Amino acid sequence: MSTPTIGGDRIADTPAADESFRGLHWGAQERDRKGFFTDTSICIGCKACEVACKEWNRNPQDGTFELLGSSYDNTGGLGANTWRHVAFIEQDGERIERARESGRRLVSLGMPSIRTREPEATLASGAGCGTGACGAGAAGSGGCGGGCGCASSDSPPRGEGIPPTTATVGGEADTGLGGPLGGLLEGGGSGPVGLAGSLASTGLAEPSDLSGADTAPPDTPDFRWLMSSDVCKHCTHAGCLDVCPTGALFRTEFGTVVVQEDVCNGCGTCVAGCPFGVIERRDDGTINTPTQRDRKAAEMDVPNRGTANKCTLCYDRLVEGQTPACAQTCPTTSIKFGGREEMVDTARARVRELHAKGLTEARLYGANPEDGVGGTGSVFLLLDEPEVYGLPPDPRVATKDLPGMFATAGIAALGMVAAAGLAFLGGRR
Amino acid sequence: MANADCIVIQGSNMAECHPVGFQWVTEAKARGARVIHVDPRFTRTTAVADKHVPIRAGSDIVLLGALINRILSEGLHFAEYVRAYTNAANLICEEYIDAEDLEGLFSGYDPTTNAYDNSTWSYRTDEDGRPLTDPTLEDPGCVFQILKRHYARYTPELVEESCGISPEDFEYLLRSVTENSGRERTTCFAYAVGWTQHTLGAQFIRTASILQLLLGNMGRPGGGIMALRGHATIQGSTDIPTLFNLLPGYLPMPKAGTHDTLDDFIAAVGTPETHKGFWAKGRAYAVSLLKAWWGEAATEENDWAYDYLPRLTGAHGTYQTAVRMLDGGVDGYFLLGQNPAVGSANGRMQRMAMSHLKWLVVRDFSLIESATWWKSGPEIETGELRTEDIDTEVFFLPAANHTEKAGSFTQTQRLVQWRHKAVNPPGEAQSELEFFFELGNRVRELLRDSDDPRDRPLLDLTWDYPLDEDGEIDAEAVLKEINGFHVGGGRDGEPLSAFTEMADDGTTAGGCWIYAGVYAGSRNMAARRKPGREQDETAAEWAWAWPANRRILYNRASADPDGRPWSERKKLVWWDEEAGRWVGGDVPDFPVDRAPSSRSATVFGGPAHLDGDDPFIMQADGKGWLFAPSGMVDGPLPTHYEPQESTFPNPLYAQQNSPSRLTLPREDNLSAAGAGSPGSDAYPYVFTTYRLTEHHTAGGMSRWLPYLSELQPEMFCEVSPELAEEVGLEPYGWATLVSPRAAIEARVLVTRRMTPLTIGGRTVHQIGLPYHWGVGGDAAVVEGDSANDLLGITMDPNVNIQASKYVAGTVLPGRRPRGAELVDFVEKHQRNAGLTVDSGNQHETVSAEAVERSFAVGIATAESKHGGRAGDSAVGATPGRAESGRGETADAGSSGALPTEVQASEAPPSEGSAETPEELERAHDRAQPLTGPGVPSAEDMTGENPEASEPSGADKGGRDENRDRPAPEEPNRGTGSEERTEGESGEQADGAGGSGADKQEDGTDRMDEED
Repeated sequence: MSTPTIGGDRIADTPAADESFRGLHWGAQERDRKGFFTDTSICIGCKACEVACKEWNRNPQDGTFELLGSSYDNTGGLGANTWRHVAFIEQDGERIERARESGRRLVSLGMPSIRTREPEATLASGAGCGTGACGAGAAGSGGCGGGCGCASSDSPPRGEGIPPTTATVGGEADTGLGGPLGGLLEGGGSGPVGLAGSLASTGLAEPSDLSGADTAPPDTPDFRWLMSSDVCKHCTHAGCLDVCPTGALFRTEFGTVVVQEDVCNGCGTCVAGCPFGVIERRDDGTINTPTQRDRKAAEMDVPNRGTANKCTLCYDRLVEGQTPACAQTCPTTSIKFGGREEMVDTARARVRELHAKGLTEARLYGANPEDGVGGTGSVFLLLDEPEVYGLPPDPRVATKDLPGMFATAGIAALGMVAAAGLAFLGGRR
Repeated sequence: MANADCIVIQGSNMAECHPVGFQWVTEAKARGARVIHVDPRFTRTTAVADKHVPIRAGSDIVLLGALINRILSEGLHFAEYVRAYTNAANLICEEYIDAEDLEGLFSGYDPTTNAYDNSTWSYRTDEDGRPLTDPTLEDPGCVFQILKRHYARYTPELVEESCGISPEDFEYLLRSVTENSGRERTTCFAYAVGWTQHTLGAQFIRTASILQLLLGNMGRPGGGIMALRGHATIQGSTDIPTLFNLLPGYLPMPKAGTHDTLDDFIAAVGTPETHKGFWAKGRAYAVSLLKAWWGEAATEENDWAYDYLPRLTGAHGTYQTAVRMLDGGVDGYFLLGQNPAVGSANGRMQRMAMSHLKWLVVRDFSLIESATWWKSGPEIETGELRTEDIDTEVFFLPAANHTEKAGSFTQTQRLVQWRHKAVNPPGEAQSELEFFFELGNRVRELLRDSDDPRDRPLLDLTWDYPLDEDGEIDAEAVLKEINGFHVGGGRDGEPLSAFTEMADDGTTAGGCWIYAGVYAGSRNMAARRKPGREQDETAAEWAWAWPANRRILYNRASADPDGRPWSERKKLVWWDEEAGRWVGGDVPDFPVDRAPSSRSATVFGGPAHLDGDDPFIMQADGKGWLFAPSGMVDGPLPTHYEPQESTFPNPLYAQQNSPSRLTLPREDNLSAAGAGSPGSDAYPYVFTTYRLTEHHTAGGMSRWLPYLSELQPEMFCEVSPELAEEVGLEPYGWATLVSPRAAIEARVLVTRRMTPLTIGGRTVHQIGLPYHWGVGGDAAVVEGDSANDLLGITMDPNVNIQASKYVAGTVLPGRRPRGAELVDFVEKHQRNAGLTVDSGNQHETVSAEAVERSFAVGIATAESKHGGRAGDSAVGATPGRAESGRGETADAGSSGALPTEVQASEAPPSEGSAETPEELERAHDRAQPLTGPGVPSAEDMTGENPEASEPSGADKGGRDENRDRPAPEEPNRGTGSEERTEGESGEQADGAGGSGADKQEDGTDRMDEED
């Protein structure tokens, strides 16, 4: 981490830097923000990313050396040691059709052919929250909610099958981010949410209403095997970072979120703060998380025991101008690395391409800046509902509601003051 | 492959086994190509393909033959290409009798040797030896008509009945390949050991070659047949072989009694009298090789030290060698990068064989099972071996891995890529180069004062490589020797720039003629790494491809007979009339100034006599071979026979199995009874073996690594829900798998990726078995029973590769018995099935009349044509080849391709083993080395692995076919190739640490197991 490219000031002023995240735009750092685009439609499940990641970062092996009973997946999920994880999902024809249908809804349900004017609203609210947000609040989105509302109402992110989860997660939500809206899902090329204004001008907003088009899928399989490489999302509004009491987590000049192992005291607050369940505390020998997975870890030279660990988006490689290990090793370019906006554009183009072939099940995850985490640095092209891949459909950063809570608390305080005042005044009477 | 419009992956699980090379399939798909996967299982390759066509293992010729039939009957072939570039118009010997007319035998079968005399398969010629042709393709005796008749019974109905493929899927496949072939479009096939590891493996590839020639997909961008190689430099190990029957550059190994003089040998390599392609310069290649090895000791007077070369007296492949060990005929054994205790078919036989050695040297990274079988192997557990009874002295020597040594990797596309050493090896670990150099030094030191003539070859070797700063031998010095250099005169020591500079007068030396140019101008061309984005698509400045840095073989075929590109979209190399040369995006694979209209007056005479429309320049006649007059020992046209242990009758012929397959009838290698025999229902299921992305072959490079082991920790079998229900298997519970040789246990993966097929009215269940695990290794992170213990050894006669993709067996719920009970358990099953050493091993199952007729015709023709000299020639003309006997050659498998492709495996049976003398004897005859160019690949050779099916390698690509093999005799069948590497080809390694996933990169030297 000692490289000239580090913008010390930025790191230092996380709060200030955060201000720029709050709006819809990245602001001054926009060009610097890096991210992944993981295109699961061309993933071959080779797991090279998992291995390259562990090797580069010297993470301990953490499998149990027993079949997990989950197709070809034997590492289970992201954790303190596994920072890239490939899921394998076997599906039958019925499930495929449902995925296709839900994807179709994403793009065809009343997707407006021309974006309406929500950007103004968005901007306005963005600005609004900038001020409103205090402390580490991620606020932005809270404010935007209203702005996006329109987009979302028109484009329900997911098909039917998912309501339960949605309800749980998004239900409590507040502001404009009603159920449909909040998800990270995006139908794809057709209707970029949020960035509509700018996208429209680049032609990206052209509608691809596939409801009536010939979307006969190529050879529809009566069976398929999905593979998808998961990774830390590097959220725009990162819950882990927001709640970290020691400042061990920081936002890098690349817009990524990284743990400083020498600062982290292993308190674990961030573990609860991540809406994706990504960050985890590495076994220090006294506990085993999440199951007994670290059984063999003791046999390896394990660095950073007892501290929070997660993908750094290969910060140490980025500062040297290198590509992250997983993206570099991916043989089919399923994992792409680059400027975050470029990744999103590429992803949208890919979705359009798949839709044109009738593969309406394709949709983006994490590209929507109006979602509960303000969009993610790691964007995914999925071929089914996020839950199928073990991803939350509507993740929300824990601090997302802070502004509202502060506001509410403020109002309540005011009310109490008022009440007290009234009582006082009344008493006087 | 990126240029293909349609890719058919069959006999390969490319995405899993060749993940790095698969990037080009991904690229082709992104450009709009359709990808079809024909495979018994739904694999990770299938997951990203457009279509899965499940097939019964071993029935590929039925499917491909049916495609050929439809193409011919509906005129869907690329007529202009076929007429100009293939041997479609050649008339075949009048005595030839097709399998269709002889119950499944071709003419020339000798029941005493189970081998063919191919005299009746040759071209009809006029008095001058010029082949007779019928340009109208109407003559019933011409290849085109023979082909039509041969495949007339291969119909969609037969496909449904024998392969289990629906008519709809067949039509889809037919449409896909025909609509994506022709002037504007090209289709590519990719295969790996899912095709080669069958008793008909070479013929599977031949069938694809015929199909690709008919569709005009050879020698063109996006066409060809990619032979996916399974290890980092398996291709290199074939080019500069670890095969017993080849010398570098596909020169045959001389055979005792047949190649006693240099001239006999040269005749087998290639002469102007037998060739018009580049094999005509065989003398220059051979003499340069001898000069490279013996330097000044190789003189014109002593025939360039030809007598220093050892002579083959029989087959010395892995399996033959194991049998000889069991007979006490082998004292010592070196295992380098090979783990036969786990990786070879019939693992028990391998382990038992090693217990008969006096000494064994294992060079590896860890104490693999082949180094520990004597103390913790499965036979110790069952009591079949007792440590105290074993006299074998086992030495374990640590080996350097691929990052710890410099050298080259040659991949599927013949691309030679240099690898620099990153770090010094730890401790006493050594590279192979250093090990052998040092071993040579010590042996030479011991013999220094010897005056025994037999020690001269060792003492006279050029063994003077310079050492680098670490005291290690300089790998580039070896590369220079391989490349070749001038000897004497003003250019003494100067590297050759091309193989055309090689001379037969001792003024050049070169260790491998096809690699000449890799060190041109004293520059390591293999180390070039100009990024693809800085060059055109051919990326000629990324590394170096043999020969001559040519990326697509036979690329003259990318232009029409007049030298114009077939289409703008698919243009590659064309004739520039004004310049009077062939030009284009690749190095032309043709005499660069030979005009398309040029015609030679003579049939042979070397490359100067190639006609302007003879694109297949390594074939004796310059044409792609639809019909193989020579080169294949088991028939001039691929025809369907059932796999060795098939429980289904051959729907086409009375001849059930390939009559010329190599069987090994022994008590320790029992086969299931064939269809219709009593007991054939005792082993009702089909096991097919394969490998996983997460592991490397027999596990020596993955089961000791936690990062890889955790990804696939346990041995498992894949079964369909239907079979699980039928047998009572619990998901992720245990199953015991029993074959006629062994019983193993595995966890159960119940998955819809396995599909029951209906064959001949019966349901057939195929069970998938990865073969990476073994037991008894020292400190392996994970262990498990070895799938290869289940396999028997029955081999393809062309290349001696074992059949591992179709194994009869049965499955039971629960774990297997332990200890001595395991042996009883296996024997009980054998008894119940009534197995004997003869079970399933009959060679002829046709009428005696048919056998007699086949034999009589062959003998008569052989005598009339060659004065009793059997087998020979390729093209009608003749002479030369001395080969002997029957059969000739083995050629590589596939079609003619050059070496690369071939997959041969091992060798023929070896001589002598006591147990099966006859078998061996026959084998000798046939398999012999010299003959064919077979080009087996190293991989195969080692025999190890029966791996599985699909292998794959990365890039190997395309070439396959094209190259032919050297042997004079046989030209190969045509093939085309394609290879195109794009920028950096597939194998490059990328970044981050090596991931396990791509095995290719890491390959060290282990070529064993799969290829």
